[in-house]
Amino acid sequence: MSKARTERAFFWLMRGATYFIVLAIAYIILDIVRHGLPAISWRFLTGFPQKSGAEGGILPAIVGTSCLVIGAIVAALPVGMASAIYLSEYARQGAFVRTLRLAIVTLAGVPSIVFGLFGLGLFVLFLGFGASILSGSLTLACMILPTIIVSSEEALRAVPQSLREGSLALGATKWQTIYENVLPYSLPGMLTGSILGVGRAAGETAPILLTVAAFFLPKLPRSVFDQVMALPYHLYILATQHPDVEKVRPMQYGTALVLLVLVLGVSLGAIVLRSHFRRKYRW
Amino acid sequence: MIAAHWKDNVVRWILLAAASTSIVVVILIFLFLIKEAAPFAHHPGLRELFARRWNPVSFQKESFGLLPLVTGSLLVTALATAVAVPFGVIGAIYLSEVAATAERELLKPFIELLAGIPSVVIGFFGLVVLAPWVKAVFHLATGLTALTGALLLALMAIPTIISISEDAIRAVPMSYKEASLALGASPLQTIWRITVPAALPGIIAAVMLGMGRVIGETMAVMMVTGNAAIVTFSPFESVRTMTATIAAEMGEVPFGSDHYRALFWVGIVLLLATFAINLVAQKVLKRYRLAHE
Amino acid sequence: MTANSPSEVKIEVEGLNFFYGPVQALFDVAMRIPARQVTALIGPSGCGKSTFLRTVNRMNDIIPGARIEGKVLIDGRDIYANGTDVVTLRKKVGMVFQKSNPFPKSVFENVAYGPRIHGAAARPALAEIVERSLRRAGLWDEVKDRLDASALDLSGGQQQRLCIARALAIGPEILLMDEPASALDPRSTARIEDLIGELRRDYTIVIVTHNMQQAARVSDFTAFFYEGQLIEFGRTKQIFTMPREKQTEDYITGRFG
Repeated sequence: MSKARTERAFFWLMRGATYFIVLAIAYIILDIVRHGLPAISWRFLTGFPQKSGAEGGILPAIVGTSCLVIGAIVAALPVGMASAIYLSEYARQGAFVRTLRLAIVTLAGVPSIVFGLFGLGLFVLFLGFGASILSGSLTLACMILPTIIVSSEEALRAVPQSLREGSLALGATKWQTIYENVLPYSLPGMLTGSILGVGRAAGETAPILLTVAAFFLPKLPRSVFDQVMALPYHLYILATQHPDVEKVRPMQYGTALVLLVLVLGVSLGAIVLRSHFRRKYRW
Repeated sequence: MIAAHWKDNVVRWILLAAASTSIVVVILIFLFLIKEAAPFAHHPGLRELFARRWNPVSFQKESFGLLPLVTGSLLVTALATAVAVPFGVIGAIYLSEVAATAERELLKPFIELLAGIPSVVIGFFGLVVLAPWVKAVFHLATGLTALTGALLLALMAIPTIISISEDAIRAVPMSYKEASLALGASPLQTIWRITVPAALPGIIAAVMLGMGRVIGETMAVMMVTGNAAIVTFSPFESVRTMTATIAAEMGEVPFGSDHYRALFWVGIVLLLATFAINLVAQKVLKRYRLAHE
Repeated sequence: MTANSPSEVKIEVEGLNFFYGPVQALFDVAMRIPARQVTALIGPSGCGKSTFLRTVNRMNDIIPGARIEGKVLIDGRDIYANGTDVVTLRKKVGMVFQKSNPFPKSVFENVAYGPRIHGAAARPALAEIVERSLRRAGLWDEVKDRLDASALDLSGGQQQRLCIARALAIGPEILLMDEPASALDPRSTARIEDLIGELRRDYTIVIVTHNMQQAARVSDFTAFFYEGQLIEFGRTKQIFTMPREKQTEDYITGRFG
């Protein structure tokens, strides 16, 4: 039965292509881990950069990235969740909602470097915040807003309509219904979606390139108006513009590994949390 | 008609205001790009953007032609799409139609992982591992070529293509597949003749969204494509994309200079291109979803 | 079509027309539902009985495009008049849904939810209301030892009685029930029907049912709907033995529906 044979060959081809992708991913991650692990040491994680980043540690970059991410979340989470609640519970079909959805989809598709230009134009220059944590965080917040809105709305819509009807029929107002009978069950889903946004914010370089990042800043930030180092930017400069590129290879790999662990760890955490909550709330 | 309680009304307005932020931000993005770019139209004039060379820092005459940047982006995008589509679509078909459930539960999140790796880390990997490999295999003077960039971008686009294509394929009604199998078609025939054609609009949308991601990608390309602003269609040459140009040159440019404003124009072109692609992709997706409700 | 009502009229409907957007669902309905009696709404699927039920506590308001013409008077006041407080209305008119929808909270919290959002906060007061409502609904003995357990752990019949207790807890005068037993086994159905018989002493009950035998067993008055129109309304005994309209007779004898 040659037909069955050809079929099986085809399936193996498809399997091969898919696993090739898997292998590529694994190779990248293993390469970073293999070369980055030796560079990790207590001094590396808690020390300050020396000799133009060729030696020492990357603490300021870790702190900087953390500040930026926290700032972005503080700005984007409330706005994003509120937008999702509006879209899921209040919005009626019409021109405004259509425009709103178009805006969200547009924001999701804006290239990261264009966000950088925007941040430069609005926060750094027009509002005069200068290159600072403030500018960087706000730019990142705009970038992760669509992610938070979309995943929050999904979490809200997962709550069955019968719960809302039951509450309304008892005489609860709309907001009481949302607050008592929808939000508690959708909050976990909303938060995990936001954690994914955090992961993205931590790993982005282009937006912070123009709005906050400094390369060699061997001290910690003291206010939101300070410039700051950041892990992705640090990796980029070390890899492309350091005069002694070969010598700093271990630092590069070390930085890459820290960034990778940070971002993937956060994403993994979000996925684990999400399946935990899916199991907890059976309807 | 409904007598509302005042607290409810206040809440509604707050939520409405929050929701409007997205619209406001989009408008601001367009506004501020245009604000910084506009004076260029006066002097040296928009026609400069259509020149054939991008040479913004020069002692003789500066040229701000966008052509090499646009072709650079197009070349890299085209190559990346050519690599990503077969792997992405085949991967999606495999995951949704061929793989066992346990296999899929394992592979899918693993591939999603790829989408989570920061682009600068992928660019770094490309710089240190892939570029030397390309250089050796193709006997080139340097590994920093359009091809290298395209390969990295393909890797970044594949998870997007797989994810959305897979949704589209799973959405094809069971009844089609059952009817085909009942007529004696083999599983493979059913996939290629019935399922994939039925899911085609969704797959096309997935590819377009992947392309949108590719065009907008900055760090990975910047680190491995060589950054030579020339007009070429050879994958083995170094090129410059629009994104890399902005990222690389913005740091050095004097404020308010022609160069500075030209970079904002590059940003506008970039924004319009990705906006157009995403819009079309969303329309295709919407029509596809409606057809299959 | 007026009823031969023994006492007061609790709900009076005049010239009711209801639209879902461009589609008309109820045509010129007029009815007088007596107080502290059980009125059953019967008719084939899609005849508008559930729609009619939901106009009494204005639950149709949440459907986009819903539009109403005419008057629905409860105790003489039009509930669709401008300035009507829907929240107060829904305190007066309780609803039990076809598919029981307990909140994913504890048994206690489910029943206490209504009183709590309407202002009661003290735990001892709430506990009293919860016990009273659960007793009324005939569920107290089965759950009194597990008030803090999740409501979702109860059986189907118990969940529906919980929903009834929940509705009773807010102290309504009218109870609307939309096919309350259609998803239950015969034994649970019998218990709910007994419950309705008891509750009738203190509440005006309007129940939608597609089960004619249930309507005959449980109700004092019956309204027959067909394709959005009220065909006949009268005492249950009369409707089922000597219907005035031919359509009513055809439906009751099973010629359609």
